[in-house]
Amino acid sequence: MDVIELEGGFTDAPVQSAHAFRAAMSALARPGRIEPIQGAVAPTPLSEAAATLLLTLCDPETPVHLAGAHDTDALRGWITFHTGAPLVGPGAAMFAVGTWGALTPLDAYRIGTPEYPDRSATLIVEMEGLTTQVATLRGPGIKDTATLSLPDLAAFQRNAALFPLGLDFYFTCGRSLAALPRTTKVS
Amino acid sequence: MTAYNFAYLDEQTKRMIRRAILKGLAIPGYQVPFASREMPMPYGWGTGGVQVSAATLTPDDTFKVIDQGADDTTNAVSIRKFFEKTAQVATTEKTAEATVIQTRHRIPEEPLTEDQILVYQVPIPEPLRFLEPSEVETRKMHALEEYGLMHVKLYEDISRHGHIATAYAYPVKVEGRYVMDPSPIPKFDNPKMEMAGIQLFGAGREQRIYALPPYTRVVSLDFEDHPFDPSKADHPCDMCGAGDSYLDEVIVDDAGGRMFVCSDTDYCATRQAAGHRGRLTTEDAA
Repeated sequence: MDVIELEGGFTDAPVQSAHAFRAAMSALARPGRIEPIQGAVAPTPLSEAAATLLLTLCDPETPVHLAGAHDTDALRGWITFHTGAPLVGPGAAMFAVGTWGALTPLDAYRIGTPEYPDRSATLIVEMEGLTTQVATLRGPGIKDTATLSLPDLAAFQRNAALFPLGLDFYFTCGRSLAALPRTTKVS
Repeated sequence: MTAYNFAYLDEQTKRMIRRAILKGLAIPGYQVPFASREMPMPYGWGTGGVQVSAATLTPDDTFKVIDQGADDTTNAVSIRKFFEKTAQVATTEKTAEATVIQTRHRIPEEPLTEDQILVYQVPIPEPLRFLEPSEVETRKMHALEEYGLMHVKLYEDISRHGHIATAYAYPVKVEGRYVMDPSPIPKFDNPKMEMAGIQLFGAGREQRIYALPPYTRVVSLDFEDHPFDPSKADHPCDMCGAGDSYLDEVIVDDAGGRMFVCSDTDYCATRQAAGHRGRLTTEDAA
């Protein structure tokens, strides 16, 4: 195990994870809003935002899937050391991390059941940039409309049509975070 | 004070609660099961709300607790002291100054802003529970969106009383999908649930968390010929004169004398401080 895998965790976990959770909650409750989030530093290519989100939400009870170029030995070691989360394939994951190209197709992930729609995966999509452009968002958490840069439109429209089943998404870039729950209608 | 982890709960418990809150926000009105912990207070005293607040608070927050609208009742005082001790957060009785408000059975009169979070204490989260005791059955009813039984209950109210007699915990439909128990708030408060703040609901004994993102559509169930009526006592407040606030009726003597006073103590006190007067205000008392 390299030293890099042991470093980069929270220095004050209760307080840093509380701030990070509030950013994550605020982003998910208000789709289109871009929130600052920071605190954890993981081996490349994981962004600081995605690393902080994983430390805030993951533990031995949450299987994590590393997609594509994010599936490195260093990152596997870092997540295992800091969270204890089992690393699994997409079908068993509660959280999945990667670029949009590596995470798709989306039908590999759990979307919940009619009795338990909460038993669905949350995808953390690493982005080149986050802007409030491109797509128009409507739905809970949005007063009239909001906007956000999305890697795709049709995939999110299909996901919203599954409601109350479906996937929930975080978009991460550097120290910024945005979210798109299954309730949001994109156009 | 370092004998407690920040906000009392251990980090793994907070992560579990936080994941439930996020799924609750993603599926508004759906009750997410969570592994509710034993808290240093009995069930029925807000253990669900306390756990949700503990997972939500940061050291920068200003925390307010109300019980039936009042900041100075036993439940509110003890929960406020609990978080003063375990999270060292600032506390307030002023609605406008609070960032996180834990409430039992009321929504503050003053509209909440985008920067505020309202945490409800919920006794029975399942709106169908008194109609169908089986969890297996109610879960199936939610899955199939089978809510006819709830309309039958409201219809029976009308056939028996001539109007919908449900006055609190009045069922709502969220975003046209899930029927939800708004917790035992008076139906007067139901229209306020379409608000700018985030609303989180915690039921400790029943082990459920649910949530409403801001501006979520929340519709009180009714019939075309018996529309929803968010009624209140037909009086102004006897202390501050407010005609638009929810009122408590207080018996003041043995001769049947009574007064009506705002249930929201901060709203009433703020109005009195601003010079508003009611029927029973004496100048020296105000």
